[in-house]
Amino acid sequence: MLCAPAVIAMLLVTAYPIGYAVVLSLQNLDLRFPNETSWAGLSNYGTVLSSSLWWQDVLNTVLIAVISVSVELALGMAIALVMHRAIFGRGIVRTAVLIPYGIVTVVAAYAWQFAFLSADTGFVNPALNIHVNWFSGHWTSLAVIIMAEVWKTTPFMALLLLAGLTTIDDGLYEAAKVDGANAVQRFFRITLPLMKPAILVALLFRTLDAFRIFDNIFIMTRGAQNTESVSILGYNQLISRTNLGLGSAVSVLIFIAVLIIAFVFVRLLGVRMAEGRPGAT
Amino acid sequence: MRRGTREYAYWSITILLVLAFAMLPVLWIVSLSLKTPESVTDGSFIPHHWTLDNYNALFQGGFTNGPFLHPLVNSIAIALISTAIAITLAAFAAYAIARLDFPGKTVILAGALAIAMFPAISTVGPLFDMWRSIGLYNTYPGLIIPYLTFSLPLAIYVLVAFYREIPWDLEQAAQVDGATPLQAFRKVILPLAAPGTFTAAILVFIFCWNDFLFAITLTSSNSSRTVPAALAFFTGPSQFTAPTGNIAAAAVIITVPIIIFVMIFQRRIVAGLTAGAVKG
Repeated sequence: MLCAPAVIAMLLVTAYPIGYAVVLSLQNLDLRFPNETSWAGLSNYGTVLSSSLWWQDVLNTVLIAVISVSVELALGMAIALVMHRAIFGRGIVRTAVLIPYGIVTVVAAYAWQFAFLSADTGFVNPALNIHVNWFSGHWTSLAVIIMAEVWKTTPFMALLLLAGLTTIDDGLYEAAKVDGANAVQRFFRITLPLMKPAILVALLFRTLDAFRIFDNIFIMTRGAQNTESVSILGYNQLISRTNLGLGSAVSVLIFIAVLIIAFVFVRLLGVRMAEGRPGAT
Repeated sequence: MRRGTREYAYWSITILLVLAFAMLPVLWIVSLSLKTPESVTDGSFIPHHWTLDNYNALFQGGFTNGPFLHPLVNSIAIALISTAIAITLAAFAAYAIARLDFPGKTVILAGALAIAMFPAISTVGPLFDMWRSIGLYNTYPGLIIPYLTFSLPLAIYVLVAFYREIPWDLEQAAQVDGATPLQAFRKVILPLAAPGTFTAAILVFIFCWNDFLFAITLTSSNSSRTVPAALAFFTGPSQFTAPTGNIAAAAVIITVPIIIFVMIFQRRIVAGLTAGAVKG
């Protein structure tokens, strides 16, 4: 069976660990106090779900995901249209757009952080002649995090949308032009409806990706100013505090949240999974 | 289109905007890496005082005591090994999926898709615990294994999309003409499959090169830490100086190869990223 090695490799680090995470989440297990390990039932879930930190982090994560994916959709669509319609310089645009995609997220996060650090290294404040202490406030910190996220992942969105654009028959536009439709009407009456499947697939993958946001926040704020995401919370519990019980409960809850998001997209919005493809960030 | 027309000007401005959007953060980090420690906080986009000291500092202490060289070697080795194994496994699976009819084919594709959506953070805790007890914590295989898992779906999807385009009948034609099965595969199919395979390899390499979450959770020292994780642990030359310049220099070094890659292989990367994304 030619698929066996690949299937085993894929299950080894997903199905088995998630099962193991469920087991861990039902225990009082803190590596600092290994002798006090005991079964805890669902109490870890109770602790997580009744803590205001968890809900604050869920709110942050959802906020970051919704805003960044919306901006990316608009920006990605614009870039896709540029790449599709450009009469010259198509290669340059394509190369430029691939740079954010290829760059290590940590590097991008540092670049954005250093650019906005006020009264220190940043060029943004002097360039705009403003004095905002970006990383000392909740909303301004979130804004920089979202900008970095948008910059890094818009190319992926743009490329998926471009693939959708190229499947649209040019004849439709010619016919619409003859019938007197202007550019705006052509976009909303032809481009958008025909691209709906491609848009939904891109949205699904980017939403799930944004929901897992970790690198940008870890580098830029480490969760300071209330900018923690659920992944950062999981990391703090699991690795920094080595509280495997509580941390695993967070992990399992994140897994369930991802399942819900995927379910909503597939069932309610009708994403046909056959058209889906793995994201690559 | 002729130069000097209004449309030409509009397109030029649009293209410049896209270029600025993509390049500004990169140019900024290059600029930071070239600034002297005294001028790193001057807030100017273009360095006034140029220096290569930030780069030199990275390589001081060499492989064993330096902050950067060992992680750099780790990054290259781990990404290359992961890519080689992932592509080999994915090639077998993709060949079977693209060419053969067998039960469970759709299950494998759906499973691969599910893994692509899987939140990596959910596996970090169990892996941390398992790797510590079986001795894989802070080792190369400890990172390579999760990289395989999370890059295989991407590799399989890209390869299946490419392999479906290959005219497999050519193989039989070659055999009719007297080629052995091995010759038919090597001389006819392999050259056709190579571009797609190469594309998948680039994407997997970028994925491994990029990873941060597994790199910081499953390693504890520079003996197997990759550059993205090592960057987060950089310290300044003294307690009172931020390592901004050094981080920027290291960032530039690990970014340049990716940018060169992207420039040379942009067509392939786009084809790979959108392969099978939308079926007409």
